[in-house]
Amino acid sequence: MTNNPHISVQHLNVSIGNHEILKDITINIPNKKVISIIGPSGCGKTTLLKSFNRLLDDTPDVKVTGKVLLDGENIYDPKAEVTHIRKKMGLLSQRPYPLPMSIYDNVAYGPRLHGNPKKVELDQLVETQLKATGLWNEVKDRLHAPATRLSIGQQQRLCLARGLAVEPEIILGDESTSALDPVSTSIIEDLFIHLKQKYTIVLVTHILRQARRVSDYIIFVYMGKIIEFGPTEELLLNPQKELTKEYVKGFIS
Amino acid sequence: MIRRKLEENFFKVLMLLAIVIVAGSFFLIVGTIFYKGVPFMNWDIITKIPGGGFYIGKEGGVLNAIIGSLYIAGGATVLGLLISIPVAIYINMYLGSRNVIANSLRIAFDVLFGIPSIVYGAFGFLIMVYFGIKASLLGGIVAVTLLVIPILVRTLDEVIITVPKELRDASLALGATRWEMSKVVLRQIRPGIFTAILLSFGRAIGDVASVLFTAGFSDNIPTSLHQPAATLPLAIFFQLGSPVEEVQGRAYASALILTIVVLIITVLSSLLAKRFSKNKIQ
Amino acid sequence: MQFRLLKDKVLSKLMLLLTILSVSVVLVIGIGLYYKSIPVLANSSWWTLLTSSDWKPLKGLFGFFPFIMGTLWVTGIAIIIALPLCLLSSFYITEYAHPRVRKVLVPFVNLLSGIPPVIFGVWGVLFIIPLIQNHIAPHFVEFSTGYSVLAGGIVLAVMIFPLIVSIVCEVLNTIPKELKEASLSLGATKWETIKKVYLRKAKPGIIAATVLAISRAFGETIAVLMVCGNNAAVPHSVFDSGYPLPALIANNYGEMLSIPMYDSALMFAALLLFIIILLFNIISRVILARLERKLAA
Repeated sequence: MTNNPHISVQHLNVSIGNHEILKDITINIPNKKVISIIGPSGCGKTTLLKSFNRLLDDTPDVKVTGKVLLDGENIYDPKAEVTHIRKKMGLLSQRPYPLPMSIYDNVAYGPRLHGNPKKVELDQLVETQLKATGLWNEVKDRLHAPATRLSIGQQQRLCLARGLAVEPEIILGDESTSALDPVSTSIIEDLFIHLKQKYTIVLVTHILRQARRVSDYIIFVYMGKIIEFGPTEELLLNPQKELTKEYVKGFIS
Repeated sequence: MIRRKLEENFFKVLMLLAIVIVAGSFFLIVGTIFYKGVPFMNWDIITKIPGGGFYIGKEGGVLNAIIGSLYIAGGATVLGLLISIPVAIYINMYLGSRNVIANSLRIAFDVLFGIPSIVYGAFGFLIMVYFGIKASLLGGIVAVTLLVIPILVRTLDEVIITVPKELRDASLALGATRWEMSKVVLRQIRPGIFTAILLSFGRAIGDVASVLFTAGFSDNIPTSLHQPAATLPLAIFFQLGSPVEEVQGRAYASALILTIVVLIITVLSSLLAKRFSKNKIQ
Repeated sequence: MQFRLLKDKVLSKLMLLLTILSVSVVLVIGIGLYYKSIPVLANSSWWTLLTSSDWKPLKGLFGFFPFIMGTLWVTGIAIIIALPLCLLSSFYITEYAHPRVRKVLVPFVNLLSGIPPVIFGVWGVLFIIPLIQNHIAPHFVEFSTGYSVLAGGIVLAVMIFPLIVSIVCEVLNTIPKELKEASLSLGATKWETIKKVYLRKAKPGIIAATVLAISRAFGETIAVLMVCGNNAAVPHSVFDSGYPLPALIANNYGEMLSIPMYDSALMFAALLLFIIILLFNIISRVILARLERKLAA
């Protein structure tokens, strides 16, 4: 393991059509920490997150300039292998979207794409990841039931397990708890805190309390620019920039 | 990794090939019709009725069939509208757009839409035999009307759904009866009615199997509802079967005329429909 | 005031009546055709009519087996050709094509759906028949006129392209983009996502589209009649001519009334078509309506 950051963004600009979404973003994401991206809606948080694993590729008329270095390799290099990049990052979207197959097959989906694992290995892997997300005891008797039968909270944890199964280095969460009830939310939050021992976790959230609960660092984005980046407590309690102050004011008072 | 990339690229090529075939078949068909039809096009074809010896290659044109087709398609569309506007209004205004019965009725009309024209033709023939009507303009119009009602109802239905619920509620709130509100809505969807008319007319003018038993065929332009009437598609069909080259040529030219008419109708209707697709739920 | 309410009431009853009447056409058609089929059904059983190959109208023998097989051959060929092409096209249109390209492609598919059957028939005679006769058949059989179930199948396939493509595209567009992102973010290629996620998710819609296309192909008359050869024998290869049911009805309406029971037999053929197509249509429409409702919820 090197000390170099997994993700290093250098002068990233993203525009869709004539609309500039992100302007000159430069940031190093610390390894094995939870980092929250906050900011008002429409400020570009989600676009920033999706630029990390090139999910913007399919957006019509999108233009990306600058670099995103993933383990030193620029992912926007034309020669870069996009499936390889995406494999290094698990994505947890706003609502759970289980694939239209069984619980087991959901977790096994990624590993099966990237190789031809033996049944025993696969069984082992599915069990490990379901245990890592605390689902194992709840679903071990119905692994082959359709994933859609799970509750929303369970589905979201399944999606997390599915992402972990391809052994990523980074987990990206896009307001991953916004569709969940408070209990499921806190389970997911605890998982994030626990998982940072092994993974770098980048979360988009609009809930400052959540950012404070789970993250080590916060990035504040406003109008497509990074306004401030720093350790959670410092940024929330003692923001340096006027804009950040304005935004977190409600939180402090 | 290489294998996966190869697979992706292989199917990408297949997809491109498929889309070229599917979209290209349109050009192939229209191209073939133009290529074969244009050399045989002349004024006589669209201005004259068949003269003596027409079917062995002598003088004449297919004006009888053109007029017959216009009569039948026009008559069926008008008759169909008289029936489908009230039906579409009833489904949406009286039953409510998302009512269970309304939805079942929609499925029923979709099913009716799927019934092939040969069945409508056979059924039309049965009715005519039952009432003692001979193959005639009237018979053709009745059979084709049955064919176009489902098209008209479903098109109008989809247009009426796009009228904002607020507008309907607003006029109801002012104390209007549902019928009065329906009149407001009808005014609102006038371009949509036009789309429905075009779609129905396009389908009606091109159909053969429904008029085969019911409209008969005649070399003269019908002057009353009880006379048999020729139709353009049937004229094409009959002439194409002829061994005489001139007659075959006229079939190509007639096919060209029909193709052009139908293409114009399709383009117009899709241009009109675009105005409504904006708020259509995909 | 009273008058307005009365008018509303009367008109609503009138509309209800029209609605009931126009929907009940389904029933009336079914009953009418069945009523007309009674004579032939009294003469031979359903089983004989459906499985016998004896077609001798003058002797009162009506075996529909060759015609049923003719219909099945052309429909089968049409679906085998059209389904893969249409699925691939739909995937291309919804997943790969740039929106600007999509805007150009979709109108052509729509235009294709507007072309009348008889024009497809003319095209079949002018283009497909010579193609089969001169370029395809010689590789496989000694001689073919080109008028064959293959010609019918190809023409029908092109006719059902727009139907399948438009329904499948609509179904694919309803799949949430997050599902695609989930699969992509696990390192799947787009094609793997299509193959493993979209095909599964869109399965009911694809089935509905196929069933609808089959029933459309079943009932298509004039285009098929023009290119199939119309020989009342069971086809054994794609280069044999065939005689589908609708073509049988359309071709013989002239002599229908001059031979006893012939009209009844032809109406039975129409009844057969009607029943099969009705069933297929109901199945697929119910699937599609359910998909739509799921989406609205």
